[in-house]
Amino acid sequence: MDVEILSRVQFALTISFHYIYPPLSIGLGLVMVLFEGIYLKTGNKLFEAMTRFYTKIFALIFGIGVATGIVMEFEFGTNWAVYSKYVGDIFGSALAAEGIFAFALESGFLGILLFGWNRVSKGVHFFATVMVTLGSMFSAIWIVVANSWQQTPAGYHIVGEGLDARAEITDFWAMVFNPSSVDRILHVWVGAFIAGAFLVLSISAYYIIKKRYVEFAVKSFKPAFWVFAVSSMLQLFIGHRSADIVAVYQPAKLAAMEGHFDTLGKADMYVVGYVDKKNETTSGIKIPGGLSFLVHQDFDAPVKGLKSFKPEDRPNSPNTVFQTYHLMISIGMFFIALSLYAGYLLWKGKLFDKKWMMYVFLWGVLLPQLANQAGWFAAETGRQPWVVYGLLRTSDALSKAVTANQVMFSLIMFTVVYILLFSLFVFLLNRKIQHGPFYAEGDDDKEEDHSPLHKAMADEFGK
Amino acid sequence: MATFLGIDYPTLWFLVIGAVFTGYAILDGFDLGAGALHLFFNKEQSRRIALNAIGPIWDGNEVWLVIGGGALFAGFPKVYASVFSAFYVPFMLFLCMLIFRAVSIEFRSKEPMLWWRRMWDISYSVSSTIIAFLLGVVLGNILLGIPIDAEGNFTGTLLYFLNPYSVMVGITTVALFMMHGAIYLVMKTENRLYAKLTVLVKNTTIFFAICILLLSFYTLLYVPHLRHTIEANPWMFVIPVLMVLSIANITRQITKRKYRYAFLSSAVAIGLLLIIVAVELYPNMVLSTADPNYHLTVYNASASEKSLGIMLSFAAIGVPIVLTYTTFVFWTFKGKVKLEEGSY
Ligand code: HDD
Ligand code: HEM
Ligand code: HEM
Repeated sequence: MDVEILSRVQFALTISFHYIYPPLSIGLGLVMVLFEGIYLKTGNKLFEAMTRFYTKIFALIFGIGVATGIVMEFEFGTNWAVYSKYVGDIFGSALAAEGIFAFALESGFLGILLFGWNRVSKGVHFFATVMVTLGSMFSAIWIVVANSWQQTPAGYHIVGEGLDARAEITDFWAMVFNPSSVDRILHVWVGAFIAGAFLVLSISAYYIIKKRYVEFAVKSFKPAFWVFAVSSMLQLFIGHRSADIVAVYQPAKLAAMEGHFDTLGKADMYVVGYVDKKNETTSGIKIPGGLSFLVHQDFDAPVKGLKSFKPEDRPNSPNTVFQTYHLMISIGMFFIALSLYAGYLLWKGKLFDKKWMMYVFLWGVLLPQLANQAGWFAAETGRQPWVVYGLLRTSDALSKAVTANQVMFSLIMFTVVYILLFSLFVFLLNRKIQHGPFYAEGDDDKEEDHSPLHKAMADEFGK
Repeated sequence: MATFLGIDYPTLWFLVIGAVFTGYAILDGFDLGAGALHLFFNKEQSRRIALNAIGPIWDGNEVWLVIGGGALFAGFPKVYASVFSAFYVPFMLFLCMLIFRAVSIEFRSKEPMLWWRRMWDISYSVSSTIIAFLLGVVLGNILLGIPIDAEGNFTGTLLYFLNPYSVMVGITTVALFMMHGAIYLVMKTENRLYAKLTVLVKNTTIFFAICILLLSFYTLLYVPHLRHTIEANPWMFVIPVLMVLSIANITRQITKRKYRYAFLSSAVAIGLLLIIVAVELYPNMVLSTADPNYHLTVYNASASEKSLGIMLSFAAIGVPIVLTYTTFVFWTFKGKVKLEEGSY
């Protein structure tokens, strides 16, 4: 196998793995701010317990997010040296801004969030929680700006030629506010809110099913549910705006997302389907003229199809783009239906008695993860064969000094390490949930070590 | 060329990056060192205290590496691309060790089983040591120069990075961080562990003194390009003199049991060491052993002036903010470590 394929697989593997954790941190952070805010306002001890419990889970998630994020930062230099030289001017400043403005904020205040309970006042602790959450949201901004610039470059000019060519900033704010960045940041944030809120919903549903810590679970379910429901509705509108921008700036990607080949005549929209790259056809269940309507608000208007692009300028795997895109949309639609129905049941006071609904929430935690991953796969494989859209091809962006064997070595290493990490993550998360919210860890030997506060609360709310 | 205070932007940015990496070495240096020493503590209680001494701050310290990496990418994309792809294998190992280190700290306290804790203790300590070593190895190679061609592509062999000089720098870095970490821990502990650490502080200081002495001789004898600048500007000789004095001061403060001053001295020593490195390299950033014309310098490897200007304003706004709340966090966790609820 050649360096290009291996490097791409490695990049996809490492970033997809990284991207399991940041959305959870961002979303969980937001829910924790709500919990702690309610606690400060009402003094309800149960909300303090929630904040403490989810802080521990947050720490676990955050730790892995940090460990895997550093890999990403170094990988641009190690595997994509030509790309790094090409975009250094632009990309580097976004990454540096991320370090200074976002990561430093997050990790600085994380110490207080995790260990500061007895050292700072309640107000300062709350402030730290807010700062950690803001920090994690900021880190999404800069990295998505950098990525959006690759999708829809702006505010730059090209200097040098051939191997020396590189993009230089001409207008910083035009670079930051390139055509796709604002909508994509919002989309990523809201996707993260859904993921984090769903984790809380899932854990609460589990306790309700098991009839443990029921009061705790019901009380934490509600704020998280509102975050989830509002975000789900929002996501449809933000996602639609993203699609509009793709239609204007990356028509080949849009065509691949929709499996659309012929420019002539009206463009259909598929609900499910299969894209046959060789025969240049798509089959499946479709809404005739649907795509034309979405793009032009007119069922008969033509939309550029894949056939109007030179074969070397089309995404290499239109079916992947199509399927991942459709998976994300289907999950998004399901979320809207779920939040409407569950919201209705909640209002009627019947939600927590419907056991099957609790099971939906329990296992549904996998869906936001799937949707987030699928969204990125659609966006990134749809951008191919370009690494910087229309400017630099992926195959030209590699490190010249790196051999296939070296990448093979690191790919195997990451695969093994990540499988191990993921297993440990699931194991520890499960243990934490089993121990429940009133368990203080750290001390040896004693399985049921309850601090005085925890003990009182466990007596009051436990089991 | 645009200047600020009479210094041109690429040079200024070289200084900024130098400062960030120095900050990294001083801050992460002590927690890496504490990690390298971890297995010297026998009691579970001691290990927990040692871990909690760095618990709330190690992640913040590591961010300096992230900022440094981003700043290098931003300021000198060619250096970032060239060095990182040249040292593919050591960097991948480095990343792997960073992962293990981060999760060891996090995972260790999550289960009470003895084997579980022993396993993560070993993982934590070994990964900390290897990280320090690899940092030194990469620095050693940068000092020595590497074979790169006209486009900045590495042309050396797979195990090129493990040359004797770089290995020596690697070992010295481990020694330095161990000393720095021991001094930090001794400030944060009491009673038995404190007593044990006072011995460790002495031993690691001796270890470091031997290493740095050997390294200096080797450099003076075999790596002539690393003494050119100071040779040419005799007044700069004060820098190595100050460095030796600050190392001597470490031992003096240790015998007086003034560990806070000892810690300051070792921070200053790290700073001065890196200043010597910067002085000797400048204006080069990567020396090509193939042809001096292929050297990557602050001028031929830097990003555009516009970009450097933008990032300087980022740094001007961001760094003071970061320093402010870093100070606040350190202050919050000042004093001796107490194990409490939520501790590792
Ligand atoms: C700012 C940069 C950036 C960001 C934020 C992301 N990516 Fe990306 N991605 C790249 C920059 C990039 C890249 C460096 O430009 C790659 C490497 C090779 C390529 O073609 O693009 C890439 C490729 C790439 C591929 C391989 C595509 C292919 O080879 O066909 C996948 C599957 C992903 N990415 C997935 C993701 C996911 C799940 C992300 C969520 C966090 C993500 N990317 C964020
Ligand atoms: C290629 C792209 C990416 C790079 C280079 C990258 C880099 C990093 C680095 C270096 C860290 C560790 C910071 C520390 O030491 O504290 C990190 C953590 C983090 N990253 Fe990424 N990242 C990437 C993609 C993303 C994306 C797309 C998002 C969000 C949408 C994101 C959000 C975060 C967050 C929130 C953290 C904090 C840890 C956590 O919450 O899990 N990153 N990333
Ligand atoms: C409900 C309808 C949705 C629509 C119409 C929609 C639309 C889109 C579009 C068009 C893109 C590609 C943007 C580009 O390539 O520049 C995208 C990407 C993405 N989607 Fe969605 N989406 C929806 C729901 C969701 C949901 C529910 C999630 C997660 C919980 C999600 C997560 C993502 C992510 C993470 C990306 C990649 C980042 C980006 O390119 O913005 N989406 N979405």
